[in-house]
Amino acid sequence: MNLHVQPAPVRKSIFVNAPQARAFEVFTGGIGRWWPKSHKIGQSDLERPVIEPFAGGRWYELDVDGSECEIGKVAAWEPPSRLLLIWQLTPEFTFDPDLVTEVEVMFAPEGEGTRVDLEHRHIERMGEKADAMRESVSGPGGWPALLQLYADEANSEKGDAA
Amino acid sequence: MANAARVFDALHDTTRRTVLERLREGPKSVGEIANDLPVSRPAVSQHLKVLKDAGLVNDRSEGTRRIYHIDPKGLGAMRAWLDQFWDSALASFAAEVERQEKERK
Repeated sequence: MNLHVQPAPVRKSIFVNAPQARAFEVFTGGIGRWWPKSHKIGQSDLERPVIEPFAGGRWYELDVDGSECEIGKVAAWEPPSRLLLIWQLTPEFTFDPDLVTEVEVMFAPEGEGTRVDLEHRHIERMGEKADAMRESVSGPGGWPALLQLYADEANSEKGDAA
Repeated sequence: MANAARVFDALHDTTRRTVLERLREGPKSVGEIANDLPVSRPAVSQHLKVLKDAGLVNDRSEGTRRIYHIDPKGLGAMRAWLDQFWDSALASFAAEVERQEKERK
């Protein structure tokens, strides 16, 4: 196929008013307090995601019924400055052991606070599941979902960008 | 928001959303798409270019024609989705940090 689409990594930066070590702690140990509850894998309601605090650890979802669902792994655990997570969820929020994408989070002191830089890379690997993606993106689950995303985004805009 | 913004901009136009809907039925040439729509072929080509730049469609040559199809990898859509996901997740993270710092004081 003549597909040469290579998406750039998703990069995000945010500044938080807390020292580096605390920012790292909230991101990891406190992930259950900020992770969007709507983004879950299991059938049961999400209790909280868990990032095990060591390289080689698990990154999983703990549900209210006690069940656990894998999200990925902890590839590097370097408090307070760096965290490398392996994200193994498809865009439909299902775990795929063959899918390996990386989420690197850097915490850098800046003034009184901390600058957090997040990079989600190798997301093209999600696209390598071409058949599944065709279903999820152009099928009834994916396409309307994207349009909904678009609608939410458009509604949140104050003016008309066009 | 760069990439997501591009996808959303692409979707902002009613005609472009209609073009995408047509392509959901299967690959089509510019002419075939234009036949269904009250817009000129050059206009359709322009819309397809925007959709292609956003990673929502791709094309291939078939003789002298260009056949467009929804990008089967769905990378534009997927990336927009992730972009959006991390935006809201990090905003929520920052809010939680602020909340904790306030409690400390």
